[in-house]
Parts: sequence; structure tokens; C-alpha cells
Amino acid sequence: MTTTDNSGDVRLSGISKTYGSFTAVHPLDLTVPQGSFFALLGASGCGKTTTLRMIAGLEEPTGGTVHLGDQDVTRLPPYKRPVNTVFQSYALFPHLDIFENVAFGLRRRGIKGVKKQVDEMLDLVQLGEHARKKPHQLSGGQQQRVAVARALINHPRVLLLDEPLGALDLKLRRQMQLELKRIQTEVGITFVHVTHDQEEAMTMADTVAVMNAGRVEQLGAPADLYENPRTTFVANFLGTSNLIEAEVDAASGDEIVLRAGGGKLSLPSGRCGAPTATGGKVLVGVRPEKISLTHAGDAGAIPAGRNRVTGRIADASFIGVSTQYVVDSPAGTALQVYVQNVDRDTRLVPGAEVVLHWNPAHTFGLDAAQDIQAGVEKVEPQEGVVA
Amino acid sequence: MAAVTEAPPPLAPPAPEKKPPRRRGRWMPYLLLLPGLLWLIVFFALPMVYQASTSVQTGSLEEGYEVTWHFATYWDALSEYWPQFLRSVLYAGAATVLCLLLGYPLAYLIAFRAGRWKHLIMILVIAPFFTSFLIRTLAWKTILADGGPVVGALNALHVLDVTSWLGMTSGDRVLATPLAVVCGLTYNFLPFMILPLYTSLERIDGRLHEAAGDLYARPFTTFRKVTFPLSMPGVVSGTLLTFIPAAGDYVNADLLGSTDTRMIGNVIQSQFLRILDYPTAAALSFILMFAILIMVTLYIRRSGTEDLV
Repeated sequence: MTTTDNSGDVRLSGISKTYGSFTAVHPLDLTVPQGSFFALLGASGCGKTTTLRMIAGLEEPTGGTVHLGDQDVTRLPPYKRPVNTVFQSYALFPHLDIFENVAFGLRRRGIKGVKKQVDEMLDLVQLGEHARKKPHQLSGGQQQRVAVARALINHPRVLLLDEPLGALDLKLRRQMQLELKRIQTEVGITFVHVTHDQEEAMTMADTVAVMNAGRVEQLGAPADLYENPRTTFVANFLGTSNLIEAEVDAASGDEIVLRAGGGKLSLPSGRCGAPTATGGKVLVGVRPEKISLTHAGDAGAIPAGRNRVTGRIADASFIGVSTQYVVDSPAGTALQVYVQNVDRDTRLVPGAEVVLHWNPAHTFGLDAAQDIQAGVEKVEPQEGVVA
Repeated sequence: MAAVTEAPPPLAPPAPEKKPPRRRGRWMPYLLLLPGLLWLIVFFALPMVYQASTSVQTGSLEEGYEVTWHFATYWDALSEYWPQFLRSVLYAGAATVLCLLLGYPLAYLIAFRAGRWKHLIMILVIAPFFTSFLIRTLAWKTILADGGPVVGALNALHVLDVTSWLGMTSGDRVLATPLAVVCGLTYNFLPFMILPLYTSLERIDGRLHEAAGDLYARPFTTFRKVTFPLSMPGVVSGTLLTFIPAAGDYVNADLLGSTDTRMIGNVIQSQFLRILDYPTAAALSFILMFAILIMVTLYIRRSGTEDLV
């Protein structure tokens, strides 16, 4: 398949879905190019699964159209769409063995002599010797691979994955992420992947659309989203961000100078997504791992030109590869700082006076009219982004 | 009776402290089994033995019966009453098929489409049980009465021509024909078909339908390849729960049929209660039981399902 082929493009134009008075998906325009690995990322109830189901034909959009390549499939029932889905918790047919599960789509299209294709596909997902077992005899990871094989064998133009790894334990999930990525590269089919796991989306996808409350908040390559979040939701949902309320002191050329907690911070104007009239409010953001931590006694050694915030360590947790500090400062409380454990400064203990400093280029500015807490995950602590 | 009303075994007296604590746990399963087991022994096993012995006795009511191992009673009973046996199987079979045809769509509707009406429809399915079996069957006498609206409508639609040709009715009568008996059996046993069907349909994960659709199966193919196979446990238990009691039933044939529609249940009833030929009646009962047992075994083997609902 070549990149000039656009038959695997998914084009959503003004697509929306309402249930009674509840709007699950606000009118949405989205183009997923042929051959890409696209992730729809968001918390549960954000509309990502509804969007996926509208592409599959399992949900009829309230408005808008769905195109696959140049074909308008908005009104086509699922069994007429060249699209296959890997369902959440797999939905394997319990009365059929693995072979028949995988052969199901081929048989429905009246293809004869499916044995060779099915055997090849089972080999691809390393389940050859399990062909005659029933789904309940397999482990979660194996069932997941059957679900992928059952969909892929039909050579769909687009493969839809609805939280396919949600039921697996962490280690297996990592393994399957790499596996899926490998398969996608191998078969070159467009993958649209729905997940609530930001790390999974960033590891696997070329392009991530972050959804919140039925809207796409921001869309881009994982690194781009991470480095340049444009909303507080993206900043908080994708990894962790320190957001500091600041006031514009002066904006000149490509630099904005802000006042926060009695100090001054510099922000490249290209990285500011908020109006910068003097005296206006801006949320200044910086990722925890971009910040360096220096004991107040060594403050003189900090190179000039770096943004500085003084504070006091409230908490320190040793993680192994790094140490996570929580620092309270006049500019903001509970600022997060992740420090790699290269040379550990034994003076950096709770109660110590410190200076946080970072390269101004790593600062981003957000509109202060937003909820500063949007997208903060309250339940589980972020794992993985630490290292 | 005395054995059944016997008080449950007294709880173990406060055991001396030293006894291992597992002791009570070990006996618990047997304690739980006991009441049911006693019941079955007194009201099922003993009567069976008694019947079995009756079936090989000879004698008369006046002179008394004696076990003479007279197995010829079985052969005599079978050779005399085989038409009634055959008729029972045919009527029960027809009623079972009708129940399945009527019950499946309804069970499907309740399980997948009824939404908030689900519980109401379920109550309506069970509602006939609030009236006595006998009264309900008698009501069918009125429904199917000669010259009544039902018979008139069936006549006008030429349905009766077809059923006459099939030998199910005669002339423009429905009452006292095989059709009436089969209708009565169907009506009376329909809930026993619907309930297990509903239970097994309701357990089917709705996402399997979506998955089938996603894999190019049209709605009817989805039904044929996914829904129906997955509802097989319900089909099997529903047909068994309908066929077995229907094959032994005599009330419907008695109230809605005629002497030409006597089923084996009617024969057993009259042998026991009117002719007072106990050995023949007992032998017929055993033949019926074994016949059903064999048919059910073959059926379950064929449908290859062990996990009945």
C-alpha cells in the first residue's frame, strides 16, 4: 500500500451524537490519514467510544457524515462497511472455536477455502496450536490476539480498537502495545484506537486526539501534545503539569515577562495560547521533569536566564530512578518536581529551602479563564511518565 | 409421613472445646441433603418400588394381588395400547413444536426488544398460572365451541379445510378433535417453553450481535449463526419441559377431546380409577416413563448440550 492511496482515510465531517438532551459528541471534524495509527484519548464518557462506534456503524450519527476514502458510509449498516472492530473485552463467539471465530468474517462474505488464510493469521498472532480451543480456554492476552486476528483477517480498510487492552494486566498490556504497533506497521492498515490510558496512546499512536466532554481538545503527535498543550485539560490529562497563575508584566517581541509570587518568569510568546495584554492573567505551565532543584544555599550557581521560583520542600518520595518532590512556593502550592537520581543532594529533604529553575523555552502559557484542575486524574497516580 | 415430619436432626450439642473445628463443616453437606433426600425416598423412591411390584402382580381386587413376576402384563399393555402411546408422542410433539414457534419470537422480544415493558410482559406470560389449570382448560371448551366465533373465523379463512385434510379436525368442528387437544396442550405448556428460552436469550452478550454485524453478518445470519446456537440450552430445556408433561397429560384430551383422541394418560387414569386393573396401569406408567427417558436421552445426545438452564 502506498501513501497516495487514500481509500483508508477516515473523514468525519460535522459528526455529532445526542441522546435525548445529552450531547455525547459535539459536531466534530476529523481526518485520519490512510495507514496512520490514530488514538482517541479521553476519560470515560468523553465521547471517544461513541465516535468510534459511529465509524463502525454501530451507532447512527445525529448529524454529519462519515467517509471512508471517497465513499460516504454514513447510512451503511455495519455489515456493509469495510471496517472491523476489536471490541472491548473482545466479544468472541463463545460457541465457536478459535478457528471458526477467526474465519467468521471470511465465511460471511462467502469466501471459499478459508483454511490457509486462517492458519496464516493464527500464526501471525502466535495462536496456531490453539485453533481448536474454545475462547474460554484461553488467557486474556490470547483472547485479545484472537480478537485482533478475527478483525484483521478481513483486510479492513480501517481497524477500530475499542480499549482493546483494558482488561489485561500491566505487563501484558505493554507487550500487546508493542505487538499491535508491530502488526500495524506490517499490514499498513489505518488503526483508530480508543483508550483512556494516556501512556498507551502516546506509545502507540502517530497522532493523538484528546477528547473531553464530547469535543476534541487538541490533536497532534504525542510529543507535540505533551510539550505544547493548548488547554489545561490536555496539560493535566497528558502527564502532569505545574500550572502557576501569573500576570503579564510586559510583552515584547518573542518574549513575555510575567509576574508570579513576587518573582518574574519568562515565556516565549510562540508558546503562549492566551491573550497577553499587560496586566492580563495567564496560566504558566511547566512539566515536572523540566525543572531542576537547587538548595537555596547554592542559588548563586544557577546560570542566568533561567526561570526561578523559590520554595520549600513539602514532601519527597524516592522512586528509584528518580525522586519526586512536592514544593510549596509563593507562586503556587504543591508544585511537582521530578529529579533523576544522578547525584543526590542529601540536603533536599522536606523543609529545605530550595530554588526551582528551568529553561524558559520549556514554559508554556495557557488561557487563565479555564479550570486549572481540568483533566487532573484524582484516582490513580501517574505511572511511567516519571522515568 | 412420620419419617418426613420428623424434626430436623438436632444441632450438635455444644461440643467439647478440644474437637477439631472442621468436624461440623464436614457433616454440613449431608445435613443439607437430608430433608430433600428423605422427601424423595418417601414420596418418589418408595412409590416407584411399589408401582414396580404392582406391575408384575396378578390377581383381582376381590381375591387380592400377589407378586408373580408376570412380565407379560407389559407386553399385553403395549400391544393393546400402542395407538394411544403413539398419539401421545404425536400430540405432545406437535404441541412442543407449536410452543417453540410461538414462544421463541416472544422470548426474543422480551429479551432484546421489550425495554421497559420487559417485566410487564413477563408477568403476562406467568399470569395464567394465577388461575387453576382445570378452569383454564375448561375455558377452551367455550373458546372452541361449535358455531363460536373462533370456529367461524377458522372456517371462513379455510383453515379448517387444511386441518381436516390433515386429519386434525372433522367437518366444521374443532372441539373433540385432535386440533383442540393440541391447542390445549400448547396453551397450557407455553410458559414452560418461554421461560427457559428467555433465560438463555437474556444471557447472550449484546456485543456478540454487534461483533457479528461488524464481521459482515446480516441480521438474519447473525440470528442463525450466533443468537440461535447460543440459545440452544434454552431450546432444549424448553422443549423438554413442554414435551415431557404434555406426553403424560390427560386433562386436555379428557376435556377438549373425544374417545378418538385418548392419550396414554387417559388410559392410565381409567385403568387406575375406573377399571381398577392396577398391574396394567402400573405397567403402562413404566412404559411411558422409559419411553420418555429414551427419547430424552437421544434428544440431548443429538443436540449435544449438557448445560441445560
